[in-house]
Amino acid sequence: MMETLFYLAAVIALSATILALTRANAAHALIYLILSLLAVAVLFFLMGAPFAAALEILIYAGAIMVLFVFVIMMLNLGKSGEELERSGLHARNWIIPGIMATLLFVELMYAVEQTSSLTSGTAVSPKEVGLELFGPYVLAVELASMLLLAGLVGAYHLGRRFIVRSGSDD
Amino acid sequence: MSELGTIGFGLFIILAAVGGAATLTWFERRLLGIWQDRYGPNRLGPFGVGQVASDMIKLLTKHDWVPPFSDRVVFVFAPTAIVVAMMLGFAVVPFGPDLYVIDLNIGLLFFLGMTSLAVYSVLLAALASNNKYALLGGLRSAAQMVSYEVFMGLSLMGVVMLTGSFSMRAIVEAQTDLWNFIPQFLGLFTFLIAGIAESHRLPFDLPEAEHELTAGFHTEYSGMKFAMFMLGEYLGLILISCMIVALFFGGWLGPWLPPIVWFCLKTFIVICFFILLRAAIPRPRYDQLMTLGWKYMLPLTLFNLLVTGAVALTLKGG
Amino acid sequence: MFKSLRSQLTTIWTILQHSFTPAETVQYPEEQPYLAPRYRGRIVLTRDPDGDERCVACNLCAAACPPDCIALQQGVREDGRWYPEFFRINFSRCIMCGMCEEACPTNAIQLTPDFEMCEYERQSMVYEKEHLLISGTGKYHDYNFYRVSGLAIDGKDKGQGQNEAQPIDVKSLLP
Repeated sequence: MMETLFYLAAVIALSATILALTRANAAHALIYLILSLLAVAVLFFLMGAPFAAALEILIYAGAIMVLFVFVIMMLNLGKSGEELERSGLHARNWIIPGIMATLLFVELMYAVEQTSSLTSGTAVSPKEVGLELFGPYVLAVELASMLLLAGLVGAYHLGRRFIVRSGSDD
Repeated sequence: MSELGTIGFGLFIILAAVGGAATLTWFERRLLGIWQDRYGPNRLGPFGVGQVASDMIKLLTKHDWVPPFSDRVVFVFAPTAIVVAMMLGFAVVPFGPDLYVIDLNIGLLFFLGMTSLAVYSVLLAALASNNKYALLGGLRSAAQMVSYEVFMGLSLMGVVMLTGSFSMRAIVEAQTDLWNFIPQFLGLFTFLIAGIAESHRLPFDLPEAEHELTAGFHTEYSGMKFAMFMLGEYLGLILISCMIVALFFGGWLGPWLPPIVWFCLKTFIVICFFILLRAAIPRPRYDQLMTLGWKYMLPLTLFNLLVTGAVALTLKGG
Repeated sequence: MFKSLRSQLTTIWTILQHSFTPAETVQYPEEQPYLAPRYRGRIVLTRDPDGDERCVACNLCAAACPPDCIALQQGVREDGRWYPEFFRINFSRCIMCGMCEEACPTNAIQLTPDFEMCEYERQSMVYEKEHLLISGTGKYHDYNFYRVSGLAIDGKDKGQGQNEAQPIDVKSLLP
């Protein structure tokens, strides 16, 4: 039962990603990408990492992709955008990145072959994730938080009003 | 609960939620009528309950039009997303000590994830409609949802800290001595506001804002597809109310009455409060909404989180 | 911030108090609301106390009408009185603003407290003179335009109106 679900979700994730790559319409591509992310969340869940699955839905599908859609709305892509996208799908444009990606894939397969099993077989509860994050990986967490803080300050700097008009309310 | 029982209960919850949402359309109008010193729909059936049926017949038999300039597939798909996401959200709501569809150990995160997925309904509808007003509504919706989602999650982390678990059942059971709304008053306040914004109910219904944007993201929708949006909105209202009850008002806990009655009663009161907010508060301007979210609510939730963390640590004795 | 928060809470409390106030509206078809005598509803044309129609077809009402729903044409009777040959109000356009009533110099056009005009055909909303004319004097019982005006008609020469001085003979040198 679980295995069937796993492979079903994997097939959905793969095909959705391929479709996302080949769509000319940006909005359609995004929808496939969201679908792919949701399928990956299901994979995480089935592999015993419900916390990662929830975060995948919450942050990737729920927040980041919303911003992508937001940007697409702002750009007002019309027919010309679609033609540009189609021209980007010619073989000469993607053949080199494709070869590189295949190399990476082979490398990944090799790495997978070396390890005995990918999951411990037991579900990881959110508490364990938290203890791990603030135990052995606390340095990484702090570094990431510093990076995010820098991003926040940068965004604030870019977004503030440079010319203060007199009498403007804030 | 056996597997078959769970499926049956799930189906029952879906039916009850849809029925509740349909009745809510009438109930809300009656309640608004009372608060605005008028009657509201009271003609058909006792107290006008028949209005629900007649509205449904009207929506079902209406011409289901897909505008020729729209992105057809996405246009048809969009309204289903919000309904599906909201219904999935009901899966983790604990209606009683043994009355729930599933007790995930990430229950709260699952709920947050589902409400955040409901945004797509609005966004895709706006994009697919190919209409200026819909686009403006979608843009507003995107910004509003992303901003309010940030502190919606954070406002609940205080509750999680007090409980030490994401499981909805554990959260309710941890409130046996003291309901969370006393120690987590700021959390309740911020979650309430975020909840209204997430289900885009009236004080924060900028995505549809009928005075400025005709109907915002569902300008081009009619008939059953429009009904799906309304259903999603009311399901969202019920879901947020259920969550507020479970997280802050002790869920099914209460003396004398059976747990499910307590839960429904509390949810009902919270829904009435949401409708009261709709009756009382005018819609803020778009920039005011953003200011409120980022400049007041986010610091408030962070402050709440800090204090709760400190208190929780001290009480545990470090 | 706190000021606006308090304002919002006050609003909520005020609205909540309205749970216990009776409804301002009434159940219309069964329960009729009170309409003041000067309520602006369906338009009528009145007659003077002698039974003649008051309208002198001056067209002021048609000129004052914001949605241009009044149409009429002037005619002159043999006794010198003016009258409308036809007088037409399109009630599907009328907004019951009462401007025509204010403009009317002879108190002929008046608004009544009746608003229940429902038709299945749009054409039925166009009222002709025979539909508009009533046999009474409306709100002004004693007013008769030709009795107070200086216009000469059969049986009443210049200077014979109420409170009217004799016309000055401009060709005479006498004071």
